[in-house]
Parts: sequence; C-alpha cells; structure tokens
Amino acid sequence: MAVTILIPTALRAFTGRQSQAQADGKTVGEVLKAFADANPDVRQHLYDENGELRSFVNVYIGDVNIRNAGGLGGPIEDGDTLTLVPAIAGGVVCEPEQKP
Amino acid sequence: MLSLNAEAIAAIRAEGEKAYPDECCGFLCGDTDEKGGRRVEGILPVANASEREEKFHRFRIEPDDFLAASRAAGAAGLDIIGFYHSHPDHPAVPSEYDLQLALPCCSYVIVAVGKGMAEELTSWELSDDRSRFNQEL
Repeated sequence: MAVTILIPTALRAFTGRQSQAQADGKTVGEVLKAFADANPDVRQHLYDENGELRSFVNVYIGDVNIRNAGGLGGPIEDGDTLTLVPAIAGGVVCEPEQKP
Repeated sequence: MLSLNAEAIAAIRAEGEKAYPDECCGFLCGDTDEKGGRRVEGILPVANASEREEKFHRFRIEPDDFLAASRAAGAAGLDIIGFYHSHPDHPAVPSEYDLQLALPCCSYVIVAVGKGMAEELTSWELSDDRSRFNQEL
C-alpha cells in the first residue's frame, strides 16, 4: 500500500489530468519526490530552483499542515492521504493614499 | 473558457458589495471538461485572511479554508475550478500582484465595486508562460 496524493485542479494539467496519484516513501519529502519523478512536468510547480518546496504550496497529511508538523522530513505511513493545497492571494494593491 | 451562470454572477456581485470597502474572495465550484472548459455550479464565499489594514486592496485565502472548501466541493461531486475576488473602486482587471500569485488552469473572476455598487465583472486565465492573463469573460 502506498501514500495517496490528492492533486488540486491547478496542477492536474501537469499530471495527465489525474485528480489523485500514489507514491511511496518513508517521509513526506520522499513521497513528494517520488510523485514529482513520476510526473516531471509538475516539479517546477512544487519546488523552486533551489529544490525547496515553493512557499505557495502547502502539504497536508489528513487535517495537518506539514509546515506545523515536521515539514518534509516528517514521517508518513502507507495508507496515509497527502493533500496538495495551493496558497491563494491577490488584489488591487494600490498605494495607501488611494485607500477609499 | 469559463461558463458562469446568472445566479453565480449575482452572488459574486452581492459578495463584492457586502465586503466593500474591503475585498471579498471565494471559490468557484464546478467541473472541467476534456478540453479544459470550466463550468461553475456555485460559489463558496470565504473570509479574506489579509491583515485588517490590508483588506481594502488585498485578499488571502488560508490553506485550511482551501482544504475545507475542496472537501465540501468534492462531497458534492465538484472541484475547485477557480476563485473570485473584488476590486473596490478599481477596474475589474488583474493587477501585477494578481499575476504574480496566479495558478494555472484556474479561472479568476474579478468584480469591480465602485462606491459600494458592483460594476463590471470579468474572468481571466493565466497564460501558459505565466507572463499575462487572458480574458475569458
């Protein structure tokens, strides 16, 4: 049994339109690497040029964001479900003097 | 390409007016066809998680809220196919900030709200090279 990875809509164009995938590993980082190895087009959206997880990519095991629980080095077990959750932000961002 | 029904448009416009002078934000729930066309079945409003003093020109969605919305949509057989937000007293055109933080393969609906009244509503999709938005509505 492997780890199940739930893929958000924004990344499915890079995973053959799969909404979920399976990968093996003993840590979150190993599972994500195996997932990226199997889906090379998704790599640039998960990792920056230094190989670090991009700041706008959040990874959950169940209901727990790994940034609050061991990060990429945290353990993961067969049968766990790992969810990729993008950070969403934007807006006008005008100068303060333009505030209504 | 995005298909957005009148009910969803009215709901987004109402959310923009309710949040004014702050930015509103939320999820577009629906499905995507084999050619990448997106059809909205409904919206899910969410709290703007930006700092209090930033809400008038920024929006931010907490990842916990995204996860909850994704599960709610999934329970209804739908996906999160995009996002909406308002531009208080500014045109319904994506900002450079919007572009920097945009995700591929999603629709970004923007409603302009002038002096508390919803005005133009547009929708945009990030280009493949991330250099610009292409207007789809």
